[in-house]
Amino acid sequence: MNPKSLSLPETGTVRPVTLRLQDRLAAQLPKLVLAPTVIVTLVAVYGYMIWTGLLSLTSSRILPVWKFIGTAQYSKLLENDRWGVAVENLIIFGGLFILICLVLGVLMAILLDQKIRAEGVLRTIYLYPMAISFIVTGTAWKWLLNPGLGLQKTIRDWGFESFTFDWLVNPDMVIYCLVIAAVWQSSGFVMALFLAGLRGVDQEMVKAAQLDGASMPMIYRRIILPCLKPVFFSAFVILSHIAIKSFDLVAALTGGGPGYSSDLPATFMYQHAFTRGQMGLGAASAMLMLGGVLAILVPYLYSELRSKKNG
Amino acid sequence: MKTFKTCLTSIALSIACATASAGEVEVLHYWTSGGEAAAVNVLKQEMESAGHTWTDFAVAGGGGESAMTVLKSRAISGNPPSAAQIKGLDIQEWGELGFLTSLDDVAAAGNWDSLLPPVVSDVMKYDGHYVAVPVNVHRVNWLWANPEAFKKAGVDIPTTWEEMIASGPKLKAASIIPLAHGGQAWQDATTFEAIALAEGADFYRKAFVEHDEATLKGPTMVKVLTTFKQLRDLIDADSSGRDWNVATSMVINGQAAMQIMGDWAKGEFTAAGKKPGTDYVCVAAPGTAGMFTFNIDSLAMFTQSDDSRAQAQKDLAAMVMDPKFQETFNLNKGSIPARQGMDPTPFDACALASMDDFTLSAEKGTLVPSMAHGMSTSSRVQGAIYDVVTNYFNASDITAEQAAEKLARAVNASL
Repeated sequence: MNPKSLSLPETGTVRPVTLRLQDRLAAQLPKLVLAPTVIVTLVAVYGYMIWTGLLSLTSSRILPVWKFIGTAQYSKLLENDRWGVAVENLIIFGGLFILICLVLGVLMAILLDQKIRAEGVLRTIYLYPMAISFIVTGTAWKWLLNPGLGLQKTIRDWGFESFTFDWLVNPDMVIYCLVIAAVWQSSGFVMALFLAGLRGVDQEMVKAAQLDGASMPMIYRRIILPCLKPVFFSAFVILSHIAIKSFDLVAALTGGGPGYSSDLPATFMYQHAFTRGQMGLGAASAMLMLGGVLAILVPYLYSELRSKKNG
Repeated sequence: MKTFKTCLTSIALSIACATASAGEVEVLHYWTSGGEAAAVNVLKQEMESAGHTWTDFAVAGGGGESAMTVLKSRAISGNPPSAAQIKGLDIQEWGELGFLTSLDDVAAAGNWDSLLPPVVSDVMKYDGHYVAVPVNVHRVNWLWANPEAFKKAGVDIPTTWEEMIASGPKLKAASIIPLAHGGQAWQDATTFEAIALAEGADFYRKAFVEHDEATLKGPTMVKVLTTFKQLRDLIDADSSGRDWNVATSMVINGQAAMQIMGDWAKGEFTAAGKKPGTDYVCVAAPGTAGMFTFNIDSLAMFTQSDDSRAQAQKDLAAMVMDPKFQETFNLNKGSIPARQGMDPTPFDACALASMDDFTLSAEKGTLVPSMAHGMSTSSRVQGAIYDVVTNYFNASDITAEQAAEKLARAVNASL
């Protein structure tokens, strides 16, 4: 018996090999399945990032031309008044948009968390704007905010003749119109994130605090909200990249106007790269936008990875 | 059976013949509004009756911005259309990149050099060779006025910018918006260039064609910018982002008294069933009588690898210059033919005035390319001027001197 069983691997060579092949295949299967998406991502995301970076160092005008001129496009960009306006607008728009969305989102989530009736219906109402594209939001708010058509006219028709709300056509205020529309669109989504977070907070802790005699605001401030730190981070990252890539909202709501007073970097990039025949300059502005995204994303990823290691 | 066989062979032969001579033309254009589409259809039918296949490649969007984006992606992928609607100095850009094919043989056969005025043929040539064919000439410095509105307010249609600004309060008193305008960068620039032209064709040419720095920031430019800013009072508050045709309809229904816009505005009046001279009046923009800012639409021809396609492309170029096409197209489009010596009878009073001024101004040297429509500058210099002009027009905190300074700086930076 023993010799026979020992010789089994030699006599039955075919079976173990196929097994090994299957094993190998099984081991490689996840990589094989993932390969197409990895390749597509490498080419379509990172490849084009590098390509854009190279393009920003060339003198390309209406089409890519591989004549390298160093960082001239960047210095041209930084001297450009319009780019200055776009960056300034992004800081105002992004800052206010993120802040207001977070504050409103948390407030709405806390209020909805009070075990009220018809919560499902209310949640849907708040979340629904997210289902609408920014183009639709922009167009609708364009009508609402148009002085001769929307809010101002309606209130004047009611008899308040001196009422003025002309932000949409006022170069100094138009950027706040973008904030209004964007907040309307996204705060419900932030609320949903926080509501999910609130439901995940350990109720035992809350009960313990209540037994200790802590008031509800105190419990929220000291226990519940600190537990939601990861949600804060996620919401912040999502909102900030929405702000940086905002294009459709500007295109629909203001078209960058009056003049170019509501331009954002994304609309600047599109105009220069594709319609103005300044592809090199457009690529340079795209690289600076990428820099902006990375400046937010890298610290976030770093903290995420570190907390995983520790946790 | 025998007859059947002969039938079959003859059919086969005719198909063979047809495929041998026929080629395909693919034409990228943005003539998509009603009248324009009808005009393009004429060309399509003529090409098809000559045995060629016409592939329509229309990309909607008035200024052709999206069409140019599509064209670039096609060109990069090595598959450009036979012909594309490209204007002005952008023809030079494409020529420089080596995409365009020479039409010199077609031009010689059709005698283009004697049919086209030099200002037009210069735009169509790259490096001395014809690479594009003109379909029409637009005049940009027009003032469209509603005589009814002027009568109601008791003022005359202005012939100078001072008169126009002075007429503002009276028109407003009659609750008429004096000037219909759309707050888009190109419309701001259209108005701005009309005011600049009133300072003389030489000034205009020095500023927008030669980009002379001293002229761009000189006292005359400051004066132009000051006048330009004064027009702001004539415009209603809601103009921001308004399309040009919406502004035109304000003139049509008497809500506004006048509009400064190229002769494509006539298409809107015609479509509304209005008659020139009675329902609306077309006059040269204030102070620019006898001068002419031109905007030429043209089809640039891209190099084709396939012989039958190249032949079809040449036939297309010849057909565009054909008097019949030039007439039908321009009657639909509101513009005037690029080809000289055409029969004027079918055209209306505005077009006839435009034709006369075109010939006259060419002789007097007051025929200038439109800056706002990409005839005098490449799209990047044009963009730089747009930025300064539109920002100055809308912002309250920039003086005319500062704007002139900015203009000179922006143009220099983009050259």
